[in-house]
Amino acid sequence: MNELLPRLPFADWIDTGVDWLVDTFGTGLDGFADVLEGVVEGSVDILDLVPSILLAFIFALIAGLISTRKIAFFSLIGLLFIDYLGYWYPMLQMLTLVLTSVIFALVIGIPIGILSSQKAGVRKVVNPILDLMQTMPAFVYLIPAIFFFNIGVVPGVVASVIFAMPPTIRLTMLGIQQVPKDLIEATEAFGSTTWQRLIKIQIPLAKPTIMAGVNQSIMLSLSMVVIASMVGAPGLGEEVYRSVTQLKTGVGVETGLSIVIVAIILDRITQYAGNRKKKLGGNTI
Amino acid sequence: MSEEYINKKIVVKDATKIFGKSSGRAIQLLKDGKSKSEILKATGATVGVKQVSFDVNEGEIFVIMGLSGSGKSTLVRMLNRLIDPTMGKILLDGKDIVQMNKEQLRDVRRKKIGMVFQNFALFPHKTIVENTEYGLEIQGVSKKERNEKAIESLRLVGLAGYEEQYPKQLSGGMQQRVGLARALANNPDILLMDEAFSALDPLIRKDMQNELLQLHHDMQKTIIFITHDLDEALRIGDRIALMKDGEIVQIGSPEEILMSPSNEYVERFVEDVDLSKVLTAGHIMKKADTVKVDRGPRVALRLMKQLGISSIYVVDNANRLLGAVTAQDTVAAIESEKSLNDVIISDLPMILPDTVLTELFDVVSTASIPVAVINEEQKLQGIIIRGALIGALSGDNEFINKDGTVDSAEQPITEVM
Repeated sequence: MNELLPRLPFADWIDTGVDWLVDTFGTGLDGFADVLEGVVEGSVDILDLVPSILLAFIFALIAGLISTRKIAFFSLIGLLFIDYLGYWYPMLQMLTLVLTSVIFALVIGIPIGILSSQKAGVRKVVNPILDLMQTMPAFVYLIPAIFFFNIGVVPGVVASVIFAMPPTIRLTMLGIQQVPKDLIEATEAFGSTTWQRLIKIQIPLAKPTIMAGVNQSIMLSLSMVVIASMVGAPGLGEEVYRSVTQLKTGVGVETGLSIVIVAIILDRITQYAGNRKKKLGGNTI
Repeated sequence: MSEEYINKKIVVKDATKIFGKSSGRAIQLLKDGKSKSEILKATGATVGVKQVSFDVNEGEIFVIMGLSGSGKSTLVRMLNRLIDPTMGKILLDGKDIVQMNKEQLRDVRRKKIGMVFQNFALFPHKTIVENTEYGLEIQGVSKKERNEKAIESLRLVGLAGYEEQYPKQLSGGMQQRVGLARALANNPDILLMDEAFSALDPLIRKDMQNELLQLHHDMQKTIIFITHDLDEALRIGDRIALMKDGEIVQIGSPEEILMSPSNEYVERFVEDVDLSKVLTAGHIMKKADTVKVDRGPRVALRLMKQLGISSIYVVDNANRLLGAVTAQDTVAAIESEKSLNDVIISDLPMILPDTVLTELFDVVSTASIPVAVINEEQKLQGIIIRGALIGALSGDNEFINKDGTVDSAEQPITEVM
């Protein structure tokens, strides 16, 4: 270290800032955390009331309605396999965690993406923040998440949301900006308002790209489940984490494979939903 | 507003578009009379359209023609402010669109101006009928009403039955018909057509031009048509404005542009034009020598002798063409004491003044006497002689009548006695 300059106490500043935030907003956030935890755990319990085989069929049916029979068949086999391995309940916990995170990521991410596609000023602020969110090691924002939300499923959800949101924002932005200029001119020439242009033309045309972002967000959120388990988020991630600490290769492969199966199911369904319109001859940019 | 603009649909005054920063300094230089390249060098700003002024009459097809980069697309976009002019005035029915706020502008775009785009710009996720009713949809017109109007509009452009298809399922020509139907559905007074037919292949393009002319004839919209194709401009334009480097070099009727190019640039532009497709019988006809039928064969023969011709046209008192007589038949008529009516040849080749030269070749080459040009009321306008046809095709102005009429055709010489 340079003797002339004292070490920059950056870490202290951050700690002070986080402490202040916890003191100021902590109680409000506690309430939010309690509600979220209740909702997540409640949904897991409700899902668990349904016999696993029946639920696997219901999931497969949903997959079949959204996508193809092939994907539905794979979903059924995959889910029954997980059940047979004995990871049904952790799988439900993980699924709920992932879907909750993704819903938050979309509800926050898509409007931000739309807004930044419209205003260059917003884009200038949002882009570096996205870079930060994506490159900062995920463990780092687990620490303040614990301060704000204690141990459990909530800091896991928060960390997943932060990690999973950037693709949704970026691809929403990209999809809207990629709408050909002459189509924008056409909507303008007929006297559309900004809102009409967005709702009637830009967002529908950006839908495949936005769905690709949603798909990426789901995948990233799945990749966070093991890390989230370190702050006490239950589920398949927790099982993987335990197998690593106890050096159990067999259990590790079983649980890892179960995550992969869920990932493939979610991936295929969302990919199909994004590209569906193309097959009707409607939607290409 | 000054008197002269009262009947004008569109008046553009000094419209200028400067792209890039430091447009303030560029405007100053422009006012000092500097050229486009001098301004680019001095300020880095590109002058897209440079102090353009013109006006368009109600119901006119006004063609703006120029090569790519001449500023024509920028100019047409200033008319509905898809591009905001840097300075100048653009009056639509006397109201300056440049001064309008967002709501007023939106209203003008919704009600007054329709636009058709080069690459059709159809919305790929909407069906043909949904595309067509878009303009009405954003105005909040009820589903039923806009659907009716859209279907009517599609029927006008010959696309009835395609309502539920998607744009991708249609050929280029059909897609552009949808583009046209979409613009017409709002029933605007003014249609802006930006290279509307340029992306179509030549045969389809010609069909579309004909249909546009037919639609224009039926609906009497004011049309601003942008093109880089001179043949297209000459075919459909009532008047043509020729652009170069952001400026209008010449405005005039197709004939004026062709016959008296204002400068070397226009001359070079028009030199390759196939005159036989542009010039009409009216351009090359000569005044006809005629005799009234009641004057009798002796007068007719004497006229022919005086003029040194072997046949003469016979007209009635209202100058309606009855036919022609040859010198030989006239002599025979005199000998047998017959009237002109008895020897008249009435199945003459006859054409209308607006017949283009390509359609004349056949008639002229097989006719034994000069071909008669008549108007709709059978009145003789003039005649076509072979020499004039060939002379006109070689581009010799001597053989071409400036305004498409023969001055003396109104009073044919019948009194040369």
